[in-house]
This record gives sequence, structure tokens and C-alpha cells, in this order.
Amino acid sequence: MNPFKFSMAQNQSQAVNMLVSNNSAALLGGGTNLLDLMKEHVAAPTELIDITRLELKTIEKNALGISLGALAKNTDTANHPIIRSDYPLLSKAILAGASAQIRNMATNGGNLLQRTRCSYFYDIAMPCNKREPGSGCAAMEGFNRMHAIFGWSDQCVAVYPSDMAVALSALRASVRVLQQDGSSRNIAFDDFHILPGQHPEKDNSLKHGELITSIEIPENKLAAHSAYVKVRDRNSYAFALVSVAAGLALEGARIGDAHISMGGVAHKPWRALKAEAFLKGKTASTANFRAAAKAEMAAAKPLSHNKFKVEMGINSITNALEMALKG
Amino acid sequence: MLVIIERQPTIAFFSFQLINMKQKRTALSPEEQKLFGDLMPEELEEVLDSGLHRRHFLKLMSLATAGLLASHLIGAEQLFARAADIDDIQDLIPGAIENGVNLSFNVNSKATKVLVDSRMTLLDTLRERIGLTGSKKGCDHGQCGACTVIVDGNRVLSCLTLAATCEGKSVITIEGLAKGNELNPMQAAFLKHDGFQCGYCTPGQICSAVALMKEAKEGQASFVTKDIRAQQQGILLTDEEISERMSGNICRCGAYPNIVAAIKEAQTGKSVEQNWLFVG
Ligand SMILES: Cc1cc2nc3c(=O)[nH]c(=O)nc-3n(C[C@H](O)[C@H](O)[C@H](O)COP(=O)(O)OP(=O)(O)OC[C@H]3O[C@@H](n4cnc5c(N)ncnc54)[C@H](O)[C@@H]3O)c2cc1C
Ligand code: SF4
Ligand code: FES
Ligand code: FES
Repeated sequence: MNPFKFSMAQNQSQAVNMLVSNNSAALLGGGTNLLDLMKEHVAAPTELIDITRLELKTIEKNALGISLGALAKNTDTANHPIIRSDYPLLSKAILAGASAQIRNMATNGGNLLQRTRCSYFYDIAMPCNKREPGSGCAAMEGFNRMHAIFGWSDQCVAVYPSDMAVALSALRASVRVLQQDGSSRNIAFDDFHILPGQHPEKDNSLKHGELITSIEIPENKLAAHSAYVKVRDRNSYAFALVSVAAGLALEGARIGDAHISMGGVAHKPWRALKAEAFLKGKTASTANFRAAAKAEMAAAKPLSHNKFKVEMGINSITNALEMALKG
Repeated sequence: MLVIIERQPTIAFFSFQLINMKQKRTALSPEEQKLFGDLMPEELEEVLDSGLHRRHFLKLMSLATAGLLASHLIGAEQLFARAADIDDIQDLIPGAIENGVNLSFNVNSKATKVLVDSRMTLLDTLRERIGLTGSKKGCDHGQCGACTVIVDGNRVLSCLTLAATCEGKSVITIEGLAKGNELNPMQAAFLKHDGFQCGYCTPGQICSAVALMKEAKEGQASFVTKDIRAQQQGILLTDEEISERMSGNICRCGAYPNIVAAIKEAQTGKSVEQNWLFVG
């Protein structure tokens, strides 16, 4: 680890000011991702600003839905009584990720900003455009079994690893951010994480000097009919090969609105817009679920080692929708 | 099973402190004298007379008891694991290291002050600076759980926790679970069920399992919880629930069936048969 100054922020504006005054400072949430990257010399901030003592830990209902404090722990979020009863999809997705110990440490804001688990990104002896722009992408012609099948570019084929974010995407959440000038802005979830394009070093639309203060989830009618499916190499404590967050707003036997997002397939949580559009107004049936899944996956562009993700995606979407229907 | 305290600060800078520390070596505690007397009665007098101090005693014990220390003497481990020389560490000059952080926190119910490098993890601080070597470094990257400790009541990974973030917090390590020579019920259950082979993952497994009891009592859910919307406190954990909730602790020896049985027994307080069915 490079030497760094350790600072503790007492309030939000202090955190932002500290961040603004040092271009290579970083905020420290639970540290479960940042510290790991610092140990591998992938990240080397010269100052860490501990924000875990900020009062951004509440989870509370408001007129539009529910607000999750950025510094609330993943465990506390997943187990909050209102989240469990009214947003169970989020509970499930959080609990599908990492381990109990890591969820006890991880903050909601930090979870959204966790970086890819592409092993070449972690290995500083390898070329990686995300870590070192212009150096190349070792995964493109290397082992890319875990990598993207949607939305990748000639610069980067990495996937974004958060489970929690897949549920938040399906729940059509937004991210509230405190900006340098003291004002706040709301970023729609679809716009928060970005595709790699020509700038894979950027994972999201947050700017240096901005602090995530909360995640806002609008009210929905999905609680009784939602499911999170995660396919991985072992039963637990492993990142997703493919995951699906699905929720159905039913009107009798018909689907008023289908919410479907995927993890493990792209540089951001992948909204299955084609599948969602296909299902709107249709009968909730396995045949329709499979047809919707196929419509979504038809546009997939697998790499040399991950063709299996296409079939896996079809089955996982179908499966998640069936589970959601059953409730 | 014997845990020997060998505090060898890896940072050369600290070596001048060692001279100071050696002179202040604490003497044998009454319990340690008794244990030594039980095992090697003839040598006890000599050891006490010759003014051997604790560090030497521990080394001696390791040689003398290799292969000899039966599991009924398991309490001995607790004796050896008590932190040595914590006071010496406080003497370091704050400005002496770049980015030093003065840390006050509570370790195993003992107020503790230590100067740390801002880069130091809680795990390294416990092991290298405070002499609590029970918590293990398996991977140093959050992937194995061997370093699990309990901070403010919750299990966390000490390898991904910066010591500097622990200001004012309360840390419990494996050394802090027993009350004197009385084992924590989870420790006793692990012993009874052979919840280990090499023992390397065990301190983390046990700390994790102890915190899990609190989580179950509070009614926390897991990914395999059947109905996430239904909420109740005091959940009785099934084998499947225990496996999922303990998945953050990897055991390379594969003592999993025994670990699950031990946790079940500790939770129910009733004798539990081992489940040897391997589900594949
Ligand atoms: C072994 C292992 C397995 C894992 N498995 C999974 C898994 O299966 N699924 C999954 O989803 N995740 C998994 N994770 C990742 C884990 O969920 C993340 O590391 C965690 O959520 C990050 O949260 P944190 O608070 O610790 O973030 P930190 O490491 O503290 O921070 C991450 C980033 O966010 C920034 N940041 C933090 N808070 C804010 C804020 N409020 N505003 C602006 N910036 C901020 C930091 O500066 C940093 O850049 C795993 C991690 C490990 C180590
Ligand atoms: S896929 Fe992205 S993160 Fe992985 S090596 Fe290529 S550029 Fe780096
Ligand atoms: S040493 Fe901390 S998880 Fe492996
Ligand atoms: S007992 Fe050897 S690793 Fe678990």
C-alpha cells in the first residue's frame, strides 16, 4: 500500500471539501473494495477520508417511496423491516452477495461504486485499459469466461459485479449526490453506471468531489411477485456468472409492468428492456416468459469463452419470472 | 493447538523498542505456574528460581508439550494467548512514523492505546502490535474469513478493516471469548464435534459462529431464508441456513459437517448428531 493520510470527516460538507482539496483523495466506506485494491496497488489514493461516522445511515419512507442512507450497512439495509416486507427483491439481492462479514462492513454507497472483478484489472503486470488507459485489454483475447456479453467495447469487456445494484436497477431507483457547490442532484439508476465505450477507466457518472448521500427507490407493486436468481460457480460467496432481478406488477392474469435487470452480463446492471417491452400487457405464462427472455438475449454478443452465458441468460430470466409469478 | 506468542515486529524501525520491552517482560501468572507445575512438576521450582520470564516460559512449554497437550488441557491455550507487553507499545513516539494514527479502542474488554501506521489493518495491529495472534491471516483479501473478529457486536473481516477506523470501537477476538478458563459454549461445541483439522480457520470460524447466534436471535435473514417478507426473531437455524450463513469462512481441511454440527449444538444446547450426508 502506498502511504496515505488518514482523515475522518465529521459532516457531509467537510467530506466534500476534503475531497475537492485533494485530487487523489478517496472516500472510505466499509473499505471492503478500496482496501483490497490498494493492497494490490490498483488504487493508490494519497488520502483516505473515513465517512463512516456521517449520519447518512437512516432508511426511511417518504412521499415517493423509500430512501436508503449511503452509509447504512448492506446488512442493515437487507434486514430493515420495511425493505423486507415492501422491497424484498432488494433484500434478496443484497443477501446473494459476498458474505455476512462483508455485508456487515459494506455501505450502500460503496457497494454501488465497487469496481470490476476482472482478474486482469487486479493484476498490475497485465495490460488493462480500465486501470491504465491506453495499455490494452488483456481479457479481450485472454480468459473472458466471466466477462460481458452486452454493451462491451473494443477497449474493455469487463462486467460490473454488484448484486444489490441489479435489484436497484429493476426497482428503477435513483442515486442522490451532494455536489461540490453544496447542491444536490439525482441521477437515474440507468444513467448512474455507464458502458465502457472509449473510456473504460470511468465506471459511472459520479465526478470527483461528489458524495453519494442516499439511494431513492420509488414505491412499487412488486413486493408479492419478485425474485432474484443468481447463477455462480459455487452455491455461496461467489460472484455471479449471470443474475436476474425480476418483478411483476400483475393485473389479474396479465402483466401490467415487468421489471427485469441482469447482472454479470455487462459493464453496468443490464435493464432487459426488450423483455420488459415484450411482456407488457401479456399473460403471465412460462411460454411468454421464455419468449421474452429469448427476445432479450438475441442481441447478446458473447466473447470466446462465455457463449454459455446466452443460454444461461435465457434460462435465468425465465426462471426468475416463474419464481416471481409464484411469489 | 498450542498458541505461542512470538511478537516480532516486522518493521525494522521498531526494533529499538524491543530492548526496552524485553526488560519489562511480565512474570508468570499464577495460572501459568499451576499449569506448568501440573505438566512438569520437577522443573517448576527451577523455572521460578532461575527467574525465567514469560517469553522463555512459553518457548519452553512449546517444546515440552508438543504432542503432550491433550485436549482436556485446552484451557492452557487461553493462558498462553493473553496479550503480552501491551504497555510497551504505547511508548512509541507519535511523530516517529509517517502518517501515524493514535488509536484508542477496546480489545477483549481492555482499554487499549496504540500508535499505528495509517496503512495498518486491524488484523496486523492485533497480531503484530498487540500480540493477539489468534486471528489468522489466510488471504488478506476478504476471501477466506480466517481473520474474522467481532467489532461492536458484528462479525467483520479484520484484514479489510483499517485499524485507524476502529477509534472508540470494541473488538472481540478469539482470545476474548472464554471467561477465564471456562470456554465459550461455541468453543466447547467445536471441540466436542472436532470442528477443525489443522485449526487455521478455526478462530475465524468460531468468532463468526458466535456472532451468527446474535444474528439468528435478532431474526436476520439469509439468501436461503424461505420467506424473506415474514419476519420473526429467534430463528432456529437449519443445516442449510448454517451453511449459507457461514459461507464467508472457508475451511481448507473441509471440516464443514463438524462445524455445522457444532453450531447446531451451540444454538440448541442439545446434543447433535453429525450429518455426514454430502450433498452434491
Ligand atoms: C471476497 C469478496 C466477495 C464479494 N462478493 C460479492 C458478491 O458476490 N456480490 C456483490 O455484490 N459484491 C460482492 N463483494 C463486494 C462488496 O459487496 C463490496 O466490496 C462492497 O459492497 C463495497 O462497499 P464498501 O462500503 O466496503 O466500499 P469501499 O471499499 O469503502 O468503497 C468503494 C468505493 O466507493 C467509494 N465510496 C464509498 N462510499 C461513497 C459515498 N458515499 N460517496 C461517494 N463515494 C463513495 C470509495 O471511495 C471507493 O472508491 C465481494 C467482496 C469481497 C471482498
Ligand atoms: S476487460 Fe476491462 S478491466 Fe478487464 S482487462 Fe480489459 S480493460 Fe481491463
Ligand atoms: S485473511 Fe481476511 S478474509 Fe482471508
Ligand atoms: S481446520 Fe484446517 S482450514 Fe479449517
